[in-house]
Amino acid sequence: MKKTTFNEMHKLSGAKLVEFAGYEMPIQYSSIIEEHKAVRNSVGVFDVSHMGEVLVEGENALNFVQKITTNDASKLTNGKVQYSAMCYENGGIVDDLLVYRLEENKFMLVINASNIQKDFEWMQKNNNYGVSLKNESDEYSLLAIQGRNSKPILEKLVGKEIDLKYYTFSFYQLNGIDCLISRTGYTGELGYEVYFKGNIEQAEKMWKSIFDEGKQYGIKPIGLGARDTLRLEMGYCLYGNDIDETTNPIEANLGWITKLNKGEFNGSEVLNNAKKNGTTRKLVPLIIQEKAFPRHGYEIVDGETVIGVVTSGTVSPILEKPIAMGYVPTEKSSIGSEVEIKIRNKNYKAIVTKLPFVETNI
Amino acid sequence: MNIPSGYKFSTDHEWVKVEGNVAIIGISDHAQSELGDIVFVDVDPDIAETSAGSSFGTIEAVKTVSDLLAPVSGKVIELNSNLEDEPQIINSEPYTDGWIIKVEMSDSSELENLMTPEEYLEFIGA
Repeated sequence: MKKTTFNEMHKLSGAKLVEFAGYEMPIQYSSIIEEHKAVRNSVGVFDVSHMGEVLVEGENALNFVQKITTNDASKLTNGKVQYSAMCYENGGIVDDLLVYRLEENKFMLVINASNIQKDFEWMQKNNNYGVSLKNESDEYSLLAIQGRNSKPILEKLVGKEIDLKYYTFSFYQLNGIDCLISRTGYTGELGYEVYFKGNIEQAEKMWKSIFDEGKQYGIKPIGLGARDTLRLEMGYCLYGNDIDETTNPIEANLGWITKLNKGEFNGSEVLNNAKKNGTTRKLVPLIIQEKAFPRHGYEIVDGETVIGVVTSGTVSPILEKPIAMGYVPTEKSSIGSEVEIKIRNKNYKAIVTKLPFVETNI
Repeated sequence: MNIPSGYKFSTDHEWVKVEGNVAIIGISDHAQSELGDIVFVDVDPDIAETSAGSSFGTIEAVKTVSDLLAPVSGKVIELNSNLEDEPQIINSEPYTDGWIIKVEMSDSSELENLMTPEEYLEFIGA
């Protein structure tokens, strides 16, 4: 099992460690609910070093990125980030990702840990553009500092104001190490992601500096458990749960990152038709008013007939109610529609609601 | 790991504390710690009996759901009504206020199938 540079820090912080995407990662430290609330109310730190980073460089870098992703990367300028997806020709999703434009002809693609190998092979296969592709996933450490108090902590550590708009980035020195800091995250709170290359010693120093400075704000380390509940309250998709190779961006409510007028790209023909003709199912946010908890894979039913599936479900620590996302037939996908979720042989009423489940403060 | 004496444990991580012919049943400290934040204990309020090894309800944590398996058989005489509003008592006091169900045992020899605290500690590798 692989370890990130912060593995020892997790152990010292009392983390419960589990295998995730081939890495030994913290699922929780104290309690998912406590960690969740720390991020919503103040600040928390996530080790997300398991995420993958691929550098794309060359004269045709933009053309390559345009071909493999659904969003319009030509809109990016240096220092901007874009949420996007990679699709197969049939419209199925290879992965969702962040696209960073580092320079005019240089992009960093940040991909899901569980997909690094698959994505990198897919990129190589699509490289008819003569670009250089470097998988630097093992070299980057990555911390997400999320919550309203993330800004003063990082500003103190870099020794100057961090004036970043949402989905932009810049370079800073932290503990004498060059860091790329972007105002991005997976929580719906004001937050930053800090990328750097460094050895274990430097990474541990970075971790400790952040926690020393964050102490006054009650900073907490946050595990994958709360990462999941935080993203689900926002309705952000999780690859492998809500989206995968059998779902396309249009039915997954990712039409907003699918720019069909940018020219031809992988899957564009299928996605164009899906947009024009509509899809038979839609990913929707669902809320249950009873104490019944939907989980990934539970059936969405109409009486005895299975009409859909729950892709993510949990109890919202903020609403203290069960929340879920799932695919339902398009005719039942409008806000206020009622469906039923089968939970241990009993059907419970679920109502299609709007996102986010909880107010966002990005 | 904190395990009080006088308790017996099933391989499904339930504990039993015997008072006369009554078995008080809950889940172990190890089990609550593995489950994480408990948000709901679902036992049918009209449940009449338990049967050793069979499910008498479920326990929902933020991340997962788990069956509650009865360590002994008998007539249900009380459910812990405090768990309705505060299921997290199981996280904080698994062996005392976090008890789940009380059963009048129909076959006390079933207790012999359960582990002592020392055996249970070894079982969970603590």
